[in-house]
Amino acid sequence: MRANSDDAGYAVSLCRIVLLAVIGILLCVAVVEHPQDRLVAQLVSYHRVLVLLGQHLSIVASASALAILTAVPAGVLLTRPRFRAWTPRLIGLARIGQAVPGLAVIALSVGLLGVGTMTAILAMGLCSLLPILNNTLTGINAVDPALLAAAHGMGVAPRHVLTRVELPLALAMIMAGIRSAVTINIGAAVLAAFVGGGGLGELIITGNTISRVQVMVLGAALPMLMALAADAVFDMIDHGMKL
Amino acid sequence: MDLVGFLASRWQAILQLTAEHLVIVVTAMAISVILGVVIGIAITFNRAAARIVLKFANLMMTIPSLALFALLIPVLGLGKASAIVGLVAYTQLPLIRTVYAGIMTIDSTIIVAARGMGLSDRTILFKIKVPLALPAVMAGIRTAAVMGIGIGAIAGYIGAGGLGVFIFQGINRTSDGMVLTGAIILSLIAILTDQVLGQVLGRVQRRFDP
Amino acid sequence: MIRFENVSKWYPGGVADAVDNLSLFINEGEICVLVGSSGCGKTTTMKMINKLIEPSSGTIYLDGQNIETLDTLTLRLNIGYIIQEIGLFPHMTVAENVATIPVELGWKPLRIKARVEELLDLVDLDPRLFGRKKPRELNASQKLRVGIARALAANPMIMLMDEPFGALDPVARTRMQDEFLTIHQKIHKTIVLVTHDIDEAIRMGDRIAVMRNGRVLQFDTPREILSHPADPFVSELIGDRKALKLMNLISCAQLMHDVSEFRQTWNRDFKAGGTLPGASTIGMQATAQDALAEMFRTGERFLFVEDDSHQVQGVIELDDLFKSVSQGDDARKQ
Repeated sequence: MRANSDDAGYAVSLCRIVLLAVIGILLCVAVVEHPQDRLVAQLVSYHRVLVLLGQHLSIVASASALAILTAVPAGVLLTRPRFRAWTPRLIGLARIGQAVPGLAVIALSVGLLGVGTMTAILAMGLCSLLPILNNTLTGINAVDPALLAAAHGMGVAPRHVLTRVELPLALAMIMAGIRSAVTINIGAAVLAAFVGGGGLGELIITGNTISRVQVMVLGAALPMLMALAADAVFDMIDHGMKL
Repeated sequence: MDLVGFLASRWQAILQLTAEHLVIVVTAMAISVILGVVIGIAITFNRAAARIVLKFANLMMTIPSLALFALLIPVLGLGKASAIVGLVAYTQLPLIRTVYAGIMTIDSTIIVAARGMGLSDRTILFKIKVPLALPAVMAGIRTAAVMGIGIGAIAGYIGAGGLGVFIFQGINRTSDGMVLTGAIILSLIAILTDQVLGQVLGRVQRRFDP
Repeated sequence: MIRFENVSKWYPGGVADAVDNLSLFINEGEICVLVGSSGCGKTTTMKMINKLIEPSSGTIYLDGQNIETLDTLTLRLNIGYIIQEIGLFPHMTVAENVATIPVELGWKPLRIKARVEELLDLVDLDPRLFGRKKPRELNASQKLRVGIARALAANPMIMLMDEPFGALDPVARTRMQDEFLTIHQKIHKTIVLVTHDIDEAIRMGDRIAVMRNGRVLQFDTPREILSHPADPFVSELIGDRKALKLMNLISCAQLMHDVSEFRQTWNRDFKAGGTLPGASTIGMQATAQDALAEMFRTGERFLFVEDDSHQVQGVIELDDLFKSVSQGDDARKQ
C-alpha cells in the first residue's frame, strides 16, 4: 500500500519535472521564434539561453556542493561531545548569519574579492551553508538521548552510533536544509549576473537595460521554473528514501 | 582606506538612503502584515481555500526577487510603488503560513470547551484564537521583516532608492567603498531587526505560551 | 428536566447508528451518569444536549421546551460544560477564565469579581493565591477545580461533564469525586456525567444509564444496577466483586442496630460509655465496605458506630453486612 502511494508520488514528481521543462522550452521557442523586435532577436538566441542556463546550473551546483560539503561535516563535528556545550551558541550565531541578506553577502564578497564567478559561488555557498548547518545541528540534537544510550549500551562503536543511529535519524532534517539551500541558491544565482558570474540573471539585466518585457519575462520565468523543478526533484528523493 | 573615505565624505547620502530604505520597508511591512494576518485568518475557515492560497504563496517565493521586481516595472513603472508591491507580495508567504499554522495548531480541546460554553464564533476568534496565535504571528513578522530588509535592497535596481543603490552603483563603478558601505549597513539593520524582534517574540511567548 | 424522545444520530457512511432511538428522562437536581465503553454513543448523547451535535431524528426537551426552538448560544450559556482536558484558555489567568461567561454576558466588573471569588471559594481554591495564576501553573486537579468554577459562572441549570476525572491519578480522582459530590450538595444542579468507568458511575450517580451500540441497556439507580443487572453486558461491565461494590453504597448508619439488643445477645461487660474496652469504632458516614475492612483488621465480628462527637449510636455485626448484600436481593424477589 505504502510502496504504491510512494510510487505514485514518484511518478507525479517526474511528471511535474517534465511539465516544467516543457513550459521552459516553449517559452524559449516563443521568444526566439517570435521576438518583439530586431533588438530582441539579436540578443536572444537558443545558444545564448543554453549557455546562460548552463552557467546558472553550474553556479547553483557548485555553491550548493560547497555548502553541503562544509555544513554537514561541520554540523557533525560540532555535535560531538567535546563541542556539544557550544551548540546552542552556534545555532544562535547561525541565526544571526541567516539574517544577513543574500545581496549583502554577495556585495561584501565583491568588495573583498572583486567581481567574477568565483566570488558569486563563494558568496552563495556561504549564504546557503547556514540553513544546512542549522538543520544538521538541530536534527542531530533532536535524536533521543535514550536511543544513543541504548546504542552505546548494546556495544555499538561510537563512530557507528553516528553513521547508523544519529545520521539516519537526522537525515530528513538535513535534507530539508539542503532543499531550502538549493532553492535559495537558484534565486541568488540571478544576482550573480551583477557580479560577472553570468547565469540567467543576465537576461533580466539585458531586458531591463533595453526595456524589453519579453526578455525580462524569460529571465524571470526560467529560474522560477528551475526552482519548481528542484522542488520536484527533492520530492522524488524523499519518495526514494522512503521506498 | 576606501571604505573609511567613503563613509566620511558621503555620510549625508548614506543617512538619506538608509532612511529611504527604512521608509520603503516599513511601509511595505505595514501593508504586508495587515494583509497577511487577514488572509491567514480568513483561510482557517476553509480548507480548500487554505490549500490554494498556501500553494500560490509558495509559488510566489520561488520567483527570484530580482525577477519579480523586473516583472513589475512594465506594470507599475520604475520606483517606490513597484518596490512596495514586490515587497508585500514576497513577504506574504511567511506571514500567511505562520498565522494559519498558529491558529490551526491551537489545542482543539480549548476550542471545544469555548464552543460548549456558548461563546460566539466571533468571540472565539478574537478573544481566544487570535491571542493564542500571537506568538506564531510575531515569529512570522520577524521572518518577513528580516526578509523584507534584504529584498528591499534589490528594489534599488528598479529605481526605488534605498541601500541597494550603493550596492548596484558601487558594482557598476567598481567602487569597493560604496559596495561595502551598502552591504554593511544593510546587514547591520537586518541583524538588529532580527535581534529586536526576537526579544519581542520571546516576551510575547512568555506571556502567551500555554 | 432533560427529556430525550426517540432520539437517533447517524453519520453518513457509518455502519451503525451512533445513537439509536434513545428515550431518557433526567430529573432536576440528579446526577445522571452515562456509562459504557468507547463508541457506545454516550458522548454523542451528551453533546446533543448543548447542540454541539444535531440529532438526526427525535426531539430533546429542556424544561418542556424543544431545544431546537432555543437559540444555540443562549442554550449553551445556560449549560455548564466540562471536558476531560478541561480546555482552560492558556493565555488567560484563572480569574479571567472563570469570568469568561460573565464578561460575555456584560456583567459589571464588581459583580464579576465577587462571583469569581465566590466560585473559587466553592471549589476550594484561594482566590488571592490562584486568581492570577496561569493554567500552566496548575496541576490536574486544580485545573478541574477551575473548570468547574468556570462552568458554574453564570449559574447554569445543567452541567454536562465528559470524563471530567479522566486526567487525574487514582488518588486525586477519588478525592475530586468526593469533593464534587460535596459541591453538588451545595449547588444542586442537574448533572449529566459521561464516563467509561463503572466504579465512577456507581460512586457518583443518582441514576446510571448503561449504554451500548447507541442504546440504553439499563437506566436505574446504582443499587438496582448492581443487584439486578438487566443484561449480560451490564453484568460484565460491573465485573467481579459485585457484592463489595454494593456494600460501598450502603452507609453504616443504615445498617446499625441498637446497642441494647447487642448487649443481650453477647452478654458482655460494658463500660459507662456503652462500649467494650478496646473495641473499635467507625463513623456513621462510613460504608459497609469500610466496616467489613475494619472487622477483618481487628478480627472481631462487630463494630460500634459513632456520630461526629464520638457518641456511640449503634452497633454493626458481621451478619448485618452479609444480610445487607443478600437481603437486598431477597426483598426484591418477593
